[in-house]
Amino acid sequence: MIQLPCPWCGPRNVSEFRYAGEGGHRPDPDTTTPVEWRRYLYMHRNPLGWTRENWYHGSGCRTYFSLERHTETHETRTPDSQVDATPTPENAGDAR
Amino acid sequence: MDIVSCRAYPGAVTDRARNGGPSSNATSGSNGKRTRYSAWSLFSHGLTTKDWPLAWRKHDLARTYDVVIIGGGVHGLATAYYLAKNHGIRNVAVLDKGYLGGGGSGRNTAIVRSNYLTPEGIRFYDRSIRLYEGLAADLNFNVMFSQRGHLTLAHNDASLRTMRWRAEVNKIQGVDSDVIDPTAIKKLVPYMDTSEHARYPILGALYHPPGGIVRHDAVVWGYARAADAYGVHLHQETEVTGIDVRDGRVTGVQTDRGAISAPIVVNCTAGWSTLITDMAGVQTPIQTFPLQAAVTEPVRPFLDTVVVSGTLHVYVSQTDRGELVFGASVDPFASYSTRGSLEFVEGLAGHVLELMPPLHKMRLLRQWAGLCDMTPDYSPIMGPTPVEGFYVDVGWGTYGFKAGPVSGESMADCIATQRTPDVISAFTLDRFTGGRLVGEKGAAAVGH
Repeated sequence: MIQLPCPWCGPRNVSEFRYAGEGGHRPDPDTTTPVEWRRYLYMHRNPLGWTRENWYHGSGCRTYFSLERHTETHETRTPDSQVDATPTPENAGDAR
Repeated sequence: MDIVSCRAYPGAVTDRARNGGPSSNATSGSNGKRTRYSAWSLFSHGLTTKDWPLAWRKHDLARTYDVVIIGGGVHGLATAYYLAKNHGIRNVAVLDKGYLGGGGSGRNTAIVRSNYLTPEGIRFYDRSIRLYEGLAADLNFNVMFSQRGHLTLAHNDASLRTMRWRAEVNKIQGVDSDVIDPTAIKKLVPYMDTSEHARYPILGALYHPPGGIVRHDAVVWGYARAADAYGVHLHQETEVTGIDVRDGRVTGVQTDRGAISAPIVVNCTAGWSTLITDMAGVQTPIQTFPLQAAVTEPVRPFLDTVVVSGTLHVYVSQTDRGELVFGASVDPFASYSTRGSLEFVEGLAGHVLELMPPLHKMRLLRQWAGLCDMTPDYSPIMGPTPVEGFYVDVGWGTYGFKAGPVSGESMADCIATQRTPDVISAFTLDRFTGGRLVGEKGAAAVGH
């Protein structure tokens, strides 16, 4: 069982959390095109290496937070900024 | 251990005549004439102390091929085999970074069925069962296909309704499938707790007699041996490090053994497919999740159907050796790690005992994980991509093994004719941006 560093509760077992995925930059629903919207919904970077993703601490403080995790070793680290929880190509961790 | 060669064993295959089979004049490199496996060859070879000839050869990497297939599992090898057999395209290379069948092909729970929910899915998987039925004779390799029947249990009204829905769609498509009640289930699986006092009482099941299990390694080795006999080059321990794309069309691949130029490159790498599509600059909606499985010590045969419970996230079958093979749903978060976890075994043991309490004294032998390339609609992605000459056969999630033969056949058709065959026309990559998802709720990863 790996542990995740919740910003409020500290390190807790991963079974307390729900994986909320990579997220991504959400286009403005009023101006976006269907193709752009579907790309936002379905396309994933799915890197082998460090990635930035969102988690929900459902069995604890019930906050959403973002985290950097290595998808092969399962190491975790807290991103520099907790303000923007939605990764964009600019702030997401590089693959490998 | 020399993983580059594999000595296959002969199977007790019915000696049926094959059309244009590879055995007649193909040779096995320096090992002399290719042995045709039969009961007689097994008997006569048993009188000698010689090793069996190698099932496939080792080649130097050629500078150019007509088709390069990345990934030496069931899908890659089947594609190579049908390209050679059905379309006469034999200057083909299959590359694998490890050994043949070391990924999902050797890690799945070997279950085959076609009782899906969407007409597109049923048609596709049913063709696969038909091919599996004739595969041992076609490949001259015993794949140990046992059509022992497949039960999908319903523990609540909602899932019973889905089972009825699936049964009706199956019947219209000509697939043998029906909903049966707990008494009939008890008759098929006497050790199952079908009482009303169980924590999750069994209300009924979708029974699918043509479903069953196949020996997955045999399918890999059979396709490899048959493709090799047609002259396909199988390159193990050859990792693709880059894909060359010029003016929107693929020109070749870079490997750790040198560059290859090829007008057609096919990605059959399942869990690792994103790493390959990234090299070609193609975006896919895939996320990689591990799926864990486990096997017990062998016991006497007592279970001759495949039992699946979507609600309890568990599936059980007994191999011919007597081991019980357990599988589950995918892990709860994306990962490329193939380590097993204790919480998986704990959950699995609990769920298996809820279904079959008499198993409480059985011991687990080992557990493992494979990587599943999940798509948003639980259907695969097959066919051409925006990069000309670069094809994908990915997004196989939890259903890749049962689709191996039909995927090989239809991908070979797609590559040779430059036209997407009807049977996979619903599974193209552009369906995601075009908003035409298939929505396969009959997939194993979907809880009911």
